Amino acid sequence: MSAGIGVDLENLWIRFGDFVAVRDANVHINGGDFFSFLGPSGCGKTTILRAVSGFLEPSEGNVLIGGKNMKGIGPNKRPTALIFQNLALFPLMKVWENITFSMEIKGASAAERRKRADELLDMIALPGQGDKLPSELSGGQRQRVAIARALCAKPDVLLLDEPLSALDLKLRQHMRTELREIQQRVGITFIYITHDQGEALTMSDNIAVMRAGVIDQIADGKTIYNDPATAFAASFVGENNVFRGKAKRVMGDEALIATNRSGELVARISTANRGKLAEGDDAMMFIRPEAFSVAPEGASGDHFVTARVTHEEFEGNVFNIFTEGDGGKEIKVSIPNHGQSFKDHTGQNITLEYDTRNAVVVPAGELAAE
Amino acid sequence: MPSFLKEFFNRNGTGMGLTILGLVLFWTIGLIILPQLSMLDFSFRPNLPPPEIGGPKDVYTLENYKYLIYGPEGGSQDYNTVDLRVFFRTLVAAVCVTIFNLILCYPIAYYLGQSKGSHIRIFAIMLIIPYWINEILRAFALRIIFGETGVLNTLFTGLGIWDTPFDFIRNDIALYAGLGYAYILLMIFPIYNVIESLDRNQIEAARDLGAPWWRIHWRVVIPYAKPGISSGCTMVFMLSAGALAAPQILGGPSSLWFTQLIYQQFNDNNDWPQGAAYAVVLLVTCILFVLAMMRLFKVNMGDIGK
Ligand SMILES: Nc1ncnc2c1ncn2[C@@H]1O[C@H](COP(=O)(O)OP(=O)(O)O)[C@@H](O)[C@H]1O
Ligand SMILES: [Mg+2]
Repeated sequence: MSAGIGVDLENLWIRFGDFVAVRDANVHINGGDFFSFLGPSGCGKTTILRAVSGFLEPSEGNVLIGGKNMKGIGPNKRPTALIFQNLALFPLMKVWENITFSMEIKGASAAERRKRADELLDMIALPGQGDKLPSELSGGQRQRVAIARALCAKPDVLLLDEPLSALDLKLRQHMRTELREIQQRVGITFIYITHDQGEALTMSDNIAVMRAGVIDQIADGKTIYNDPATAFAASFVGENNVFRGKAKRVMGDEALIATNRSGELVARISTANRGKLAEGDDAMMFIRPEAFSVAPEGASGDHFVTARVTHEEFEGNVFNIFTEGDGGKEIKVSIPNHGQSFKDHTGQNITLEYDTRNAVVVPAGELAAE
Repeated sequence: MPSFLKEFFNRNGTGMGLTILGLVLFWTIGLIILPQLSMLDFSFRPNLPPPEIGGPKDVYTLENYKYLIYGPEGGSQDYNTVDLRVFFRTLVAAVCVTIFNLILCYPIAYYLGQSKGSHIRIFAIMLIIPYWINEILRAFALRIIFGETGVLNTLFTGLGIWDTPFDFIRNDIALYAGLGYAYILLMIFPIYNVIESLDRNQIEAARDLGAPWWRIHWRVVIPYAKPGISSGCTMVFMLSAGALAAPQILGGPSSLWFTQLIYQQFNDNNDWPQGAAYAVVLLVTCILFVLAMMRLFKVNMGDIGK
């Protein structure tokens, strides 16, 4: 299906002096995809984007756009357009001049530029605002002007560096939908950078999860959520409860884990680690809050966890139950509210049940910071 | 009492506030406005020997201003071509010095403003230290470089590039170099100040959208730096037009600077009213010229303060 121009990173290393900002990244981005790099602040996302846009030469490895090696090609000659984290609109140019700056460079007439600016202003739902200065617009409007300015250059690949981070929550959620719609309308490749997993999950076709310069997993959002490849991916994307322990027995694609505090539990080995996790290895088991249910009293077995309830929360759509968990970390359980009468368990022991298909095991590794 | 005054007194206390206010008023009124007003007054009076001051001949007159335009009464020429020519040459030369300085200083200021790191500090110190040396010494140092038997001529004749020494002084090159050098900092620092606050991302955004370097400067950096550029140009122009030491030391024998004429009136001719009139004409013309330029380039008065 790939209509647009794809991007490949091949064995990409980027160093600043002794510091390695990006370590051996290998990424294939399909043409026309909405692709996100997701990772905590400082993990090297902007650095990767700057290498794709041409502001930074990789220390090693290649950036390919549409199969063409970009080595030695400057940012003004690449078919990319970058939307900066702070937007970087030109404060002294009117909105329409900002939007059509790329046409001005190519020598387009003022009339042509006006016309194109009006089209783009219609597209971003800001008709008739071309004669304002950027400072006269709201944050969300400026955001859209930055998108229009980048799209006006007719790039094959649009690069977005946390473009929504300056907006308030409501606008951010609205802009997610809007960005996704724009991407589908123009049909070009979007490479999107964010530390917000919600943004990545809702907008992207595929996501690369990054940790300290290393790419941990590349997959679509569902796979990353349900089948994380590493402890970091499991703990960074969405809420998750961790149980530390050792793999006691490996049975096909499942493993029996001797956990430190919750007895022996069975879980599915995540796809990326099948055949690699060996008996005796340190392992981490992850169960999502919504994968638990409250079991009848006295139930026990390899998919039951018993723990003392520390406190409870009613959130409207769910009841959250917090129990004393592994290694000081609490276990969170979310029970959907179907109108059932809710019993207060605070201070008591409670038995929780889960489906072994909904629990994943990965080798022990670094967790995402809270 | 206006609110800013009230706040000023609240912040500093009444006693301290009054002292500061008094000093500021003394400074602006006593040391700047009153002497200038008395100069203005001088310029409209005849040059009289002391006993006749305040006498019947001491009346307001335009004689001193007429002199600049028409020369002495009954003179051989219709206009005072000598002084007028000096006047306009001074203005044109000051404009040239300003433009030359801008062309030289903009790249330096841009470089200083956009690169980070401790070497910038060293660079700035290297620019500032020469200004510890006083103006006269700096001017004479340039004479050593540009003089007939100076460094440049010795070098170039020695290398055989030209065989007779080139007269930098008579051709005013030494003067322009001296004036340009004297005010380099006043041009660099205002521009540097503005460019330092320019978001690097704007330059990168322009480049990303395909702009070559000259267009980035033309459309992004220069418009942003305009307040600094106008501030620097205004100061360099005003100070060059009003310079005295550099033209005195580095100017050729045949090329007078208008300030030298003013000096002669005050000092050699002992004609204060005439000198005052010349000085007033120079000041007013410079101010009008600067205001006209500001209007032409759409600069606000507030920008000059940057
Ligand atoms: N020009 C640079 N010189 C030195 N270190 C840098 C430079 N740019 C980025 N870094 C470092 O590289 C790491 C990754 O930075 P960045 O890509 O901006 O992270 P992110 O965008 O994921 O928050 C950070 O630790 C940062 O300090
Ligand atoms: Mg970043």
